[in-house]
Amino acid sequence: MCDTIEKVSIIISKGSLEGIYPGLIMANGARAEGIEANLFFTFFGLDAIHSKRLEHIKVAAVGNPGMHMASLVGVLPGMSAIATHMMEKKMAAFDIPDIPEFMELIGDTGCGMYACKASVDLFGFAEGDFIEQVQGIITVGEFYEIAAGGQIIFT
Amino acid sequence: MTVDTIAGTPVDVNEEGFLTDPSQWNEEVAVELARREGIDPLTDRHWEVVRFMRAEYEAKGTGPTVRVLGKTSGVPVKELYQLFPKGPAKLAAKIAGIPKPRGCI
Repeated sequence: MCDTIEKVSIIISKGSLEGIYPGLIMANGARAEGIEANLFFTFFGLDAIHSKRLEHIKVAAVGNPGMHMASLVGVLPGMSAIATHMMEKKMAAFDIPDIPEFMELIGDTGCGMYACKASVDLFGFAEGDFIEQVQGIITVGEFYEIAAGGQIIFT
Repeated sequence: MTVDTIAGTPVDVNEEGFLTDPSQWNEEVAVELARREGIDPLTDRHWEVVRFMRAEYEAKGTGPTVRVLGKTSGVPVKELYQLFPKGPAKLAAKIAGIPKPRGCI
């Protein structure tokens, strides 16, 4: 074991706001420390790089104990939008960038960004659906090649 | 805390090599600190960032993070990483003789 981390590959598999931000913060933070970083988006995590969807990422209002709200309330129409709005307001107050700005920032830091081929095929997406920062649609085998020699974090 | 002699100047540094007293800093110290980090020579563009870091520290008591640096220093994020590949805010702070910025984003 070496005592410093030189490289990380972070997998983002969830499409909720609280599912996407931690991976983005860790990738951006890694680059700020001079650590090589790659982001791999799979399953619903693909929404974070989908050019029409990344502006509409929502907080999960149902089945989310962290909301401290009964799921029965969460199912009311518009609850997810309200929760998202409140969260976005709070984050803006702490100067946390929204997801589109964050993606641009992370791309500029030189972090690699990739989409999972199996998920892209499953959802019927194509390369043109994703933001320009995405460097490619890759297989799980190619992901392991890219991640070789570093730590892998699944979120 | 230990004393390190950088470019002939004795300075107090922490375990990561950051100066603990920014007033002990001078331009020769900056050049030597940069060289130790593999940045040689310090170009005008590097100096722009380093001076900005010191000015921010003097005004606010803390150095900016990469995102803030990209927004306010006049040097965009992409270029910041070209100038300081091993972490722009961290390295520029080290070379500027100020503490490491402690922001998550």
